[in-house]
Amino acid sequence: MSAVKSLVSKLTGIAFAILVIATINFVLVHSAPGDPALVIAGQSGATDAEFIEQIRRDYGLDQPWFVQYTSYLTKVVTLDLGYSVRQRADVSDLILERLGPTLLLTLSAFGLSLIGGVFFGALAGLRQGTWKDLAISLAALILYATPVFWFGLMLVLVFSINLEWFPAFGYANIRAASFTPWQYALDVARHLVLPAVTLAAIYMAVYTRLMRASLIEVSHEDHVKTARAKGLTEGRILRGHMLRNAAGPVITFAGLQAGALIGGAVVVETVFSWPGLGRLTFDSVTARDYPVLLGLFLVMSILVIAINLLTDLIHRLVDPRIGAR
Amino acid sequence: MKRRDFNTLLLSGLAVGATGLPNPWNDGMAYAQTEGGGLTALLTPEPPMLVLPLNQQQPTIVAGSKIYEGLLNFDFDLNPLPQLAASWEVSDDGLTYTFHLQRNVKWHDGEPFTAEDVVFSCQVMLMELHPRARGNFERCESITALDEHTVQFVLREPFAPFLKAFEAGSAPISPKHIYEGTDYANNPANDHPIGTGPFMFSEWVRGSHIHLVANPDYYIEGQPGLTEIYFRIVPDAASRSVAMESGEAQMSCWNDVEMFDVERLASLPHLTKTSQGYEFFSPLLWYEPNLRKEPFNDLRFRKAMMHLLDKSFIVERIMFGQAKAAVGPLCSTTPFFEPELPVYDTDVDQAKALLDEMGLTPDANGTRVSINFLVVPAGEMWTRLAEYFRQAMAAAGIEVTLVSTDMAGWGQAVSNWDFDMTNNLLYQNADPALGVARSYISTNIRQGVLFTNTEGYENPEVDRLFAEAAVAIDPAERQRLYSEVQQILVAELPVLWMAEQQYPTLYDSRLTDVIVTGTGVNGNFATARYA
Repeated sequence: MSAVKSLVSKLTGIAFAILVIATINFVLVHSAPGDPALVIAGQSGATDAEFIEQIRRDYGLDQPWFVQYTSYLTKVVTLDLGYSVRQRADVSDLILERLGPTLLLTLSAFGLSLIGGVFFGALAGLRQGTWKDLAISLAALILYATPVFWFGLMLVLVFSINLEWFPAFGYANIRAASFTPWQYALDVARHLVLPAVTLAAIYMAVYTRLMRASLIEVSHEDHVKTARAKGLTEGRILRGHMLRNAAGPVITFAGLQAGALIGGAVVVETVFSWPGLGRLTFDSVTARDYPVLLGLFLVMSILVIAINLLTDLIHRLVDPRIGAR
Repeated sequence: MKRRDFNTLLLSGLAVGATGLPNPWNDGMAYAQTEGGGLTALLTPEPPMLVLPLNQQQPTIVAGSKIYEGLLNFDFDLNPLPQLAASWEVSDDGLTYTFHLQRNVKWHDGEPFTAEDVVFSCQVMLMELHPRARGNFERCESITALDEHTVQFVLREPFAPFLKAFEAGSAPISPKHIYEGTDYANNPANDHPIGTGPFMFSEWVRGSHIHLVANPDYYIEGQPGLTEIYFRIVPDAASRSVAMESGEAQMSCWNDVEMFDVERLASLPHLTKTSQGYEFFSPLLWYEPNLRKEPFNDLRFRKAMMHLLDKSFIVERIMFGQAKAAVGPLCSTTPFFEPELPVYDTDVDQAKALLDEMGLTPDANGTRVSINFLVVPAGEMWTRLAEYFRQAMAAAGIEVTLVSTDMAGWGQAVSNWDFDMTNNLLYQNADPALGVARSYISTNIRQGVLFTNTEGYENPEVDRLFAEAAVAIDPAERQRLYSEVQQILVAELPVLWMAEQQYPTLYDSRLTDVIVTGTGVNGNFATARYA
């Protein structure tokens, strides 16, 4: 009974959060100076008053703000994201088209950074004070301090221009339509390597440092000392008594970073011409494409909420005490 | 060090040392090149659509001009050439224009192209959708199809540059059988644009590329010379340079490559550079004061600013030689350009004397006056133009505060006259009556509309000269009127003209006959081929 109750209260909370987010989005987007008509005029190099009126009409900007707001909220509730006048396409289609590449990129980067971070962090933590620890800590610090776009360009220089191992940009070969599914998957995977590594790098550095610190802390705890006194091997102590405890803070932090990961994708997607949500967001902001922008914000906030739920779940799996409370 | 500087350094320095390591994937660069006579060109930014009558943004025209055509094209000296019109006559009174259309032209869906399509496009569809076309065709008393292959335009009064209205980007001819009586913006055919051009739409993978294929039924025998065109969308400027360098893309145009990187790429053996093909547009760059505000309403202040600015510095150091110093309101590539005009030398003392005369004397900090500068948010060059302006003005004690915004914010501020100083760049559109007068005539001071007389300049004499020159038929008479108006404008400095921008087009050296007209990359590429 209480499980149902907690689920209901959680869902109400989420619904409320989404409504508040939608409202804030609407206010933010509409309080930025300039509108789509001016952008289109600016990029066309010519315009007249009639043209501007026509575009404002198309966007519904000639309506009072509360009419625009209520029609937007109604649409949110009925899950209708609207229509992009600029791109001549349904917003939901535009977003769905880009969702795949973004999920592929961010999830690869998320997994890579988590696995890499835990691995290197554990390695450094166990070998505290040795040259290995020093090397890993230094590398993590440098990676953490490196701007994402610069790191991406360096990878392009080395692996695309000099070594010619991976393509410099894009999601798939432009002639991918004639590929077999297997060739296509391989092609996308090759395109994925550099952007995923770029996006993962900074988070991997964070998780490495976090894992190292957390493992060192755990290694001084009583139950680990007891295990050691019992004469268990270091490997069993690590697997059975330290890793799970040490991973807690890393997972918490990874959950918090999920939002930032989507934000970081904007830069990476731009550097690597990756056709994802981040670039769509950037293009829509500069074009003041309100329907797309509002749709994107909504989808992203839902994504972040979903990732937070997922983090909760992982927490329970890693640390059963949380669920038992 | 700025990010862009840094990129150049990296790309020029490190890229040289290509290693001899074997490539484990065994394809590297070659996979991106188009086999059998195709072209991969860069396109920046991604256009919202390809339907030229509905949208005239720069990238839309670059890609759409391969699909849609106009009645005429123009050579490097801006003389008319046939496109969909095979020949034409203009009556002596300058009122009647008769076009004889090409035979055997088919739309990409197989329907025949006729005079009715031209009438529908110019009289109905473009009048509703295309601001520049509206400005030209609203001068018509009638537009009629005399027979299936002849169209006649009758003007209410002469309009000297009327032929220039028929260029593909200015008046793209659209299929009547698809658009008549429909909601143009939501016509399902917009997803698969249908034109008469040498290339047909094939596929658009948003965020990645646009694919066009050769039109097998094109009306000129042996054209097009390319089998297909891919337009690749690469949002990052450094990545675009990489694409050109590696051969992954074979053509860049307009702003694709940052100015500082142009000469480096041009010096590569596999690339050729030309600055031809922008004559029709002839972009002119200037610093724009808001003449409604003090101290800009005082001619002495504008002269002082002119004396403080060094055009050759802008051309050489900010535009990296991809420009030419401007002398006045007309580009030297535009008809009726007057070369003999007063010159404002770079001279700080003269500027200080003018400011003293105005009573703007330095305070304890050496500051005479403080002004704001609205930075154009369109890339590195514009930021540097603003920074240079601040530095140049400081030499005479004018303190400049830079104000940043994004494109929409800039458009809002400039079109509503809410700025002190900014930069601006306008196309001259092949004739002073089309692209120059709009910035100076008082009837074009229209709040909320960009690319009008946003500085707020008013001079009845200038209004009169521009008005007379637009309807004069005799070219010598037009030259006299335009020379006079250029003299007045340079004396009164409504804006501070700095440079004629010469955009570079870089392309694979194996390509020939790519840039063959005054509209360059906005042409239809029918003649382009690999040698």
